[in-house]
Parts: sequence; structure tokens; C-alpha cells
Amino acid sequence: MDNFTSDFSSGVGSGKMDTGTIMEQVKVQIAVANAQELLQASNRPARMTDKCFKKCIGKPGGSLDNSEQKCIAMCMDRYMDAWNTVSRAYNSRLQRERARI
Amino acid sequence: VNMDGQGVTADPQLQQFIEVESQKQRFQQLVHQMTEVCWEKCMDKPGPKLDSRTETCFVNCVERFIDTSQFILNRLEQTQRGRGSFSETMSE
Repeated sequence: MDNFTSDFSSGVGSGKMDTGTIMEQVKVQIAVANAQELLQASNRPARMTDKCFKKCIGKPGGSLDNSEQKCIAMCMDRYMDAWNTVSRAYNSRLQRERARI
Repeated sequence: VNMDGQGVTADPQLQQFIEVESQKQRFQQLVHQMTEVCWEKCMDKPGPKLDSRTETCFVNCVERFIDTSQFILNRLEQTQRGRGSFSETMSE
């Protein structure tokens, strides 16, 4: 943590340190964005929140009752299971496509 | 010192990092999108685990989604070469 110059064109010492810092920051931002994708509303309902609301909440009451909360918790787990399944399947497909080339 | 006017991306290590991370992001985005779409097709009431029939549905869904995407790209390409409407190309 010696030198904090922002001279990206140097490629020596200080330049590389800043590149590393940039990379770390970008990785953190990507991780945050990924979590937000699941959880927070942007210009349309967040995916996990939207799906689990649809599956678990019938007529909205004055609060979330116990069965609704249990359903939401299970739904979240199943959504992550589904996400992992899709990720694996997509990855396999991509590898198969690349093997063909 | 590389002064080709690209500024920050003159650093090849950073450039490569950006490309790799962009690719990973595109992958993630598609997983998000397909999970959402396939959830509608495959998920009944969320239970204590993902049973094998549901899991198979998700796998098939991913494959068919990609097939659909490729099909559409191919047909678009063909119709742009002046073969007329989308449904006309079906008679080949």
C-alpha cells in the first residue's frame, strides 16, 4: 500500500497496484449486483421476491402469518436450488456447443 | 507506456479482466432470466426439496430455451436474405 497514484499507463509498480484495486472493487460490485438481481426491485419486480410472493401469499392480510413465512423460506431455498440447476445445465450446454466447434 | 488513446483500457491485464468478468456477467444474467422463465413452467408448490421430475423440467427448459433462441436467430438470418415471411421458411 505504498503508492496511490492513478497513472494507469505506467504498467510498473504503482500502475499494477491500482489495477488490482480496480479489479477487487469491480468484483465486489458484481457480487452486489448479482444479489440485488435476486432480491431488490429495480424497474421490475425482483425475481425471487416476485416468484415467492406469487406462490405463498394469497389474499394479503395485516401481516405475514407463520405458514406464509415458512412457505417463503422454503420457496427461497427452492429458488436457489433451481438457480443452481439452471446454472449447471447452461454451463453443460455451453461446453457441448464449444466442443462442436 | 501505451498512449493509444484508450485511457484506462490500455492496460492489457485490466482489459482481459474486464472481458472475462463481462462474459461471466452475461452468463449470470442468462441464468437469472432462464431461472425466472423456467420457474413458471416447472415449479408447482415449493416443497422441502427439488424433486427429480422438477429438476429434469428445469434442465429440459434450459436446453429448449437455448434451442428456441438459436432457431429464432437462424430464421431471422434466413428471412433477411430475402426469403419472405417467417412461416414461409417452414416449408423447406
